[in-house]
Amino acid sequence: MHTRYLPLVLCALASSASASEGVPFAAETIRLVRQDCGSCHGMSLQGGLGTPLTREALAGQSAEALAVIILHGKHGTAMPPWKSLLSAPQAQWIAERLLEGFPEEKQP
Amino acid sequence: MRFGWLLACLMLAACAQTPLRGTGDLGLVIERANGRVAVVDTTAKSVLGRIEGLGDLSHASVVYGRDGRHAYVFGRDGGLTKVDILAQRIVNRIMQAGNSIGGSISQDGRLVVAQNYTPGGIKVFDAVTLELLSEVPAQSKVVGLADLPGQKFAYALFDKGEIWVTDLSDPRQPRTEKYPAGLQPYDGLVTPDGRYYMAGLFGEDGIALLDTWRPELGVKKILQHYGKGQEKLPVFKMPHLRGWAVAGNQAYLPAIGRHEVLVVDKGNWQEAGRIAVKSQPVFVMARPDGRQVWVNFAHPDNSWVQVIDTLTGKVIKTLQPGKAILHMEFSPRGEHVWLSARDDHSVHIYDTRTFERVATLPAQSPSGIFFTSRAARMGF
Repeated sequence: MHTRYLPLVLCALASSASASEGVPFAAETIRLVRQDCGSCHGMSLQGGLGTPLTREALAGQSAEALAVIILHGKHGTAMPPWKSLLSAPQAQWIAERLLEGFPEEKQP
Repeated sequence: MRFGWLLACLMLAACAQTPLRGTGDLGLVIERANGRVAVVDTTAKSVLGRIEGLGDLSHASVVYGRDGRHAYVFGRDGGLTKVDILAQRIVNRIMQAGNSIGGSISQDGRLVVAQNYTPGGIKVFDAVTLELLSEVPAQSKVVGLADLPGQKFAYALFDKGEIWVTDLSDPRQPRTEKYPAGLQPYDGLVTPDGRYYMAGLFGEDGIALLDTWRPELGVKKILQHYGKGQEKLPVFKMPHLRGWAVAGNQAYLPAIGRHEVLVVDKGNWQEAGRIAVKSQPVFVMARPDGRQVWVNFAHPDNSWVQVIDTLTGKVIKTLQPGKAILHMEFSPRGEHVWLSARDDHSVHIYDTRTFERVATLPAQSPSGIFFTSRAARMGF
């Protein structure tokens, strides 16, 4: 695991029930999903070159399966493996947040 | 009556306070998270004002009417907004699709064409009224829309692996020719003379090339096997071919999943070299004189920018201008380059000769920068 993400992951795990409330490091992950995943999936996650990642679009999928796709990518599509940039708990946290409707980024 | 005269005098006085000005040194910066655009002045290097209410501008793009005054902003949410950059206001705005990626304007400036993901295809609008004139459904995401001479438009179909060329001489009766291109074209560009259309392929190594002067020859694949079977690196952001980089007799293109810029000889379309760069290129853009090519990079190396000297084919400068450099735009004749630093909420302006930063402007999550000099260029 990347040590630089350790505090983030711990915070993320601790906060998984209450989304991002009061978790300073979660903001970085939310921004990554909105901005960088958003370059294919859309900042509003309504889809683009990538598939939509809204709660409705992902209904019925398991967080574990989504986390596997986040970490290892999806063969034959443009979805890359993110395992060099995200840890397994971080991917799991993102997957769980996506399934419940991903939090908005706080405007500076 | 006396009141009327008074009013007229007041109005004249009000007009006199706003000096006439041209638009040749103006431009727009997309503030993607706030649904607004900043109107900028490239001479004063300042923000003149902002236009709000443009919707979801993640991956937004802009084309200019030939008057250099009206701009068409294509939003991700399918919004198409016509703005008057002098008056700094929205002239007209429609929702034309569910999910859009950009657009283009015809040779005569009368037609604005949007390229859409959902529903996939292109739509043709009257540039004055934004009335829908026709559409070409594609059952595929459309990428790389570019205007060609003769009221034609070329574009590529991500899901179908084809290049289509639509003739809009009669805008209500589009005529479309289709060419097989290759696996998953991700973007396209037209050469500055409007002759060659190129679509970069994601699903295989290579670029699909169509000579639009001789379309009967079909699509030719160039730069095939540039990866030579090596596993490509994860691609965290699709490169863009929009800002073409054709400098002199060579074209400079981003390699997919590699830390390289590919150089192609425009005479025979053979590979003329490769330039190792810091990370995976996103935009590879030539300064207007062609002497330099500027490159920005995909996440997580998007704080870097490198400059290639086209005479020697070497990287001559590596800059770290700010966090998340998403786009670059040269001033009309290239003495400056404007760089949007999304995560610094800034636009940085660099002198392209000294590489010194000459100014920084505030902007909320800036992405695309579009100057009015695009109005007169094909493929922009």
